[in-house]
Amino acid sequence: MNTDIVLILAQDGLVNAAVYALAAIAIVLVYAVTRIVFVPQGEFVAYGALTFAGLLSGVVPTTAWLMLGGAIAICVIDVWKAYRGGVTSKAIVKSLAGIFYALAVVFVAWRFAPGGMSQVLAIPLTLAIMIPLGPQIYRLAFEPLAGASVLMLLIVATAVHFVMVGVGLLAFGAEGSRNPPVADFSMTLGPVLVTAQSIWVIVASLAAIVALWLFFGLTLRGRALRAVAVNRVGAKLVGIRGKHAGRLTFALAAGIGTTCGILISPVTTIYYDTGFLIGLKGFVAAIIGGLASYPLAAAGALLVGILESYSSFWASAYKEVIVFTLIIPVLLCRSLRGIHFEEE
Amino acid sequence: MWKICLAVVLAALASPAFGQVKLGATLSTTGPAASLGIPERNTLQLLPKSIGGLSIEWIVLDDASDTTAARKNAEKLTSEDRVDAIVGSSTTPNSLAMIEVASGAQTPMISLGASARIVDPMDAQRRWVFKTPYHDSMIAETVARHMTATGVKTLAYIGFNDAYGEGWGTELQKAAERNGVSMSAWEKYNRTDTSVTAQVLKVMTSSPDAVLIGASGTPAVLPQVTLRERGYKGKIYQTSGVINNDFLRVGAKNVEGTLLPSGPVIVVEQLPDDHPAKASGLEYKKLYEGTYGPNSLSTFGANAYDAWLLLKSALPKAAAKAKPGTPEFRQALREEIERTANLPATHGVFNMSAQDHLGFAADSPAMITIRNGTWAFVKAGGS
Repeated sequence: MNTDIVLILAQDGLVNAAVYALAAIAIVLVYAVTRIVFVPQGEFVAYGALTFAGLLSGVVPTTAWLMLGGAIAICVIDVWKAYRGGVTSKAIVKSLAGIFYALAVVFVAWRFAPGGMSQVLAIPLTLAIMIPLGPQIYRLAFEPLAGASVLMLLIVATAVHFVMVGVGLLAFGAEGSRNPPVADFSMTLGPVLVTAQSIWVIVASLAAIVALWLFFGLTLRGRALRAVAVNRVGAKLVGIRGKHAGRLTFALAAGIGTTCGILISPVTTIYYDTGFLIGLKGFVAAIIGGLASYPLAAAGALLVGILESYSSFWASAYKEVIVFTLIIPVLLCRSLRGIHFEEE
Repeated sequence: MWKICLAVVLAALASPAFGQVKLGATLSTTGPAASLGIPERNTLQLLPKSIGGLSIEWIVLDDASDTTAARKNAEKLTSEDRVDAIVGSSTTPNSLAMIEVASGAQTPMISLGASARIVDPMDAQRRWVFKTPYHDSMIAETVARHMTATGVKTLAYIGFNDAYGEGWGTELQKAAERNGVSMSAWEKYNRTDTSVTAQVLKVMTSSPDAVLIGASGTPAVLPQVTLRERGYKGKIYQTSGVINNDFLRVGAKNVEGTLLPSGPVIVVEQLPDDHPAKASGLEYKKLYEGTYGPNSLSTFGANAYDAWLLLKSALPKAAAKAKPGTPEFRQALREEIERTANLPATHGVFNMSAQDHLGFAADSPAMITIRNGTWAFVKAGGS
């Protein structure tokens, strides 16, 4: 092992770490606001990448129809609730607007996708298709049990993960996709080959972390989200609506996951089930951050990425074991040092 | 009503004059091995319903890639349906589980699994078992010989961290040793890995003349792209597990020039006219793609077709000795399949013997490459 290899491995680890960092901050975000350990975060990465690939190759992605289906399901539920006297007509107007939005997006995809889209158009359209999926999942799976225990929410999140993997297999098939790079540029710095794509991944990841940090620290909306996280009932008393906080959080999580998918799909091949391992490694990083701190979760992601890269070199057969074993000393250390809160 | 009466009368008239042969198949048309089982089932659906005065009835069951289900299917086929022969199953573990049933019921079985263990060592039970896919050792040997012939001295291996990768690595190591090629590295990765840079660096520090990637489908693209990105200039080999159109789509120009072993049927139109597998291969291609569309052909379906070719040649001879549906007929059928000689099939020429229940010559697998985004014939065998 010479310095060249040390440097190349470090660079590879850094790019992977940026991907895990995006997954980790989304997991921290969702947990901080809703107390859901969001196992399917990685699925947004896979769905995003494959939706993007579909648009580029000229197919209307199945996720667009899924999004439309989700909007219709929510509208049906709202109408049913209004009939039972649960919600106001305002909610129905909103869910109808959701259907119109979904129809508009599907129309744009159906009108412009055949023959292949340019990347400039495909990126916003992918986000437009994917972001509503986040709040839809929240509304259908989690909102009815917003006050449930962390364990209960974890079990539901795991179920959502399995559903999403199954739907992904149906929607995208078993084989993977690889996209052309957004910018086809590369240079060599000494022994290290640096591609524009790998710089994109790192910059986007850093930008997302800083943006979230600022959002939660400085803006009123961000503080409102934190208030919901700390005490749902108390926040409600001062006029913050928990439901809206949850929906906004899931929209952000879906947006982060999709961005991540768009960024890494030219770097590697993405399959319908690639997301799980990315999500799991993001989860290890989030645990290192105590499921609370964005900068610490990012640091954890860096540790996971670098460790994975070097252990692939030294013992490729055991690298997953090495990465996931990392969680044991971290948990041990945290439980020895940390202050314990009982579940309310 | 008159149609039914006519059918009954015709059947009554027909049965003594012709024979009714029942053939059973258990294939993995669902589950993880479905990509093997589906083309196999598709092939069986295209076969003629009679041969040499014998009418043929197929009973095709799905074993969901599950060992227990395969064994149960075999039991059902032999004890309830009393079939004259069994085709299947699609994978090695399933086929191994069926051997005991087939030999117990004294019914010939033609497996579509790849491992040599299905017919080796030849014992009292395996007397009843035949197979049509090449032994995996034979394919590894083909690759190793191609390496020796083209001046490769050292070889590195990057394979799946699972049974597929382990199996290929083991066979390759043995074949490489036999042919004087030394293996310099054995690296592992997972199907869903997003980066194999570290493994590729490890491989490149051992500076091999060639790298073989032991993976199947589109996940086999990643190591190859990474090797190219890191500036690896040597030869890159893949296994026959990558032969599908998705591999070409995802690999695009990164997989040009890749070498891999295959049944010649994939490049049948490019084979020289004197190639022994050309005629049967073309016939099969016309039959299969005529129904399922251009470029739908796979070597798995061709394995099932070869099993049919064995039966097609043996059935009339066996029917001359005994009546279909009897133990004597199954005994005769087994002997006739074992006696198959110089029978051209899509994967080579069958020459069975009491010791060899595959019957293909060692040089039957072909080396193919990827040129202009499609499969191209290099040469037959590795010698």
